[in-house]
Amino acid sequence: MALALQQLINGLTLGAVYGLIAIGYTMVYGIIGMINFAHGDIYMVSAFIAVTGFTLLTAFGVTSVPFALLVVLIVAVLFTSVYGWAVERLAYRPLRGSTRLAPLISAIGMSIFLQNMVQLTQGARVKPIPPMITGGIDVLTTDGFTARLSYSQILIVLVTVALLAAFTWLITRTSFGRQQRACEQDRTMTALLGIDVDRTISLTFMLGASLAAVAGVMVTMYYGVVDFYIGFVAGIKAFTAAVLGGIGSLPGAMLGGLIIGLIEAFWSNYLSAEYKDVATFSILILVLMFRPSGLLGRPEVEKV
Amino acid sequence: MMLQLSGVHAHYGHIHALRGIDLSVQVGEVVTLIGANGAGKSTLLMSLFGQPRVSAGRIVFDNEDITRLPTHVIARRDISLVPEGRRIFPRMTVLENLQMGAVMADPDNLHVDLKRMYALFPILEERLEQRAGTLSGGEQQMLAIARALMARPKLLLLDEPSLGLAPLYIKKIFQTIRELNEDHGMTILLIEQNAHHALRAAHRGYVMQHGQITMTGTGRDLLASAEVRAAYLEGGHAAA
Repeated sequence: MALALQQLINGLTLGAVYGLIAIGYTMVYGIIGMINFAHGDIYMVSAFIAVTGFTLLTAFGVTSVPFALLVVLIVAVLFTSVYGWAVERLAYRPLRGSTRLAPLISAIGMSIFLQNMVQLTQGARVKPIPPMITGGIDVLTTDGFTARLSYSQILIVLVTVALLAAFTWLITRTSFGRQQRACEQDRTMTALLGIDVDRTISLTFMLGASLAAVAGVMVTMYYGVVDFYIGFVAGIKAFTAAVLGGIGSLPGAMLGGLIIGLIEAFWSNYLSAEYKDVATFSILILVLMFRPSGLLGRPEVEKV
Repeated sequence: MMLQLSGVHAHYGHIHALRGIDLSVQVGEVVTLIGANGAGKSTLLMSLFGQPRVSAGRIVFDNEDITRLPTHVIARRDISLVPEGRRIFPRMTVLENLQMGAVMADPDNLHVDLKRMYALFPILEERLEQRAGTLSGGEQQMLAIARALMARPKLLLLDEPSLGLAPLYIKKIFQTIRELNEDHGMTILLIEQNAHHALRAAHRGYVMQHGQITMTGTGRDLLASAEVRAAYLEGGHAAA
């Protein structure tokens, strides 16, 4: 019982992170109808910024964890926004109006470039940082196992909920959110109303990158290790989450993330930790085969 | 002069859609452009916004050459389009659609302008929180016109506003066009297949054929012209 509860806690934490990354995929898909394959690497870059930031701050004698976390979050968001902007500017915009395959390939190129850049500058080895937030709450003990809710897990879930609330508000209530949704529905018409569509697309890439940045910082803090390859794996899982939830749907991305996180946690515990990725990607294949529009997605054909 | 096109050419893929268009609209005028399906009427309106970009010729709006400006920059001038097929945002509410029309306008005017739209089209106020995609065709057309008006344009461009609408709505749309022009002094360029209604509502008209202007004159003259009658009126719309 306690073991299952522990997996539930772990799964939700992991799912929150996948969900945050998945939102970036789903928003970019919503506005330009393409998958940003460099998105996972943006998350990886953010994790490295976090490692460097935490190490530097510790070296300068900063001991306050909340302060260090805040500084690193802000720096990571700023940097990765620029990366997100650059990916759009370099890999997507020059190829707009070209075949659908071309920007996909250039985005994969961006992804390889980012991975190699980080590998060259930071080294291929796993980078550790000392645990930042320790301790937690014992929730339940049965059969000699104690389910524990750590403070870093609480933080991850709280930050995710807060970001989701802010994001939902931004998209549904503000003028920028309306412009963003208008671009999703009819880009030409949006331009005919005086809106700079290119700018809106750039901002969408930057917003998606910011959320991935927060996910990257939190994962670094949670696991304490990063390497240049984490973006690829997390990226594909978050992409699976976005597809499962229904690509283009924001609540869908979050729901998909949570489901993938839970499946991974329970599968690792009860079946086999080595094959947990097989479980995730089997879901991707099954969804694509039987329900391509996902759980909350709308079917492609819409009656207008 | 509100709008002046001189020697405008444009291509849609391999199709030479506009072949040297000369057209002008004076301040305070209602001008209509009639012609068969595929004559290039919609292309002409869209080319004013650079969609497609003209390959030759010059477009001057309000004493400014707008030929090479980006689409969204042109749209920030006092010129609004009600496009072919309405192109409202179906998954947004009616209110959000209207707000989209006012994105570049002064936010202080929003409430006054919304009130004006409700006065013009009372049905929109009733449907404010409804998704625009669920509106009837006629209601969507009114929404598209209201959205264009939210920007307070000096020149309103209308592309087939009566297409596919019930006679009651057609009457309402043409009545609105007249009202906007006579009571608010708005300059209007109107594209129509419904030549009879259009020519009656317009001060002047142009007839377009295969990407060229083939005839021009006052609405009354064109209505009376044997050629126009044979080609565009007695074919079916005359009775409307």
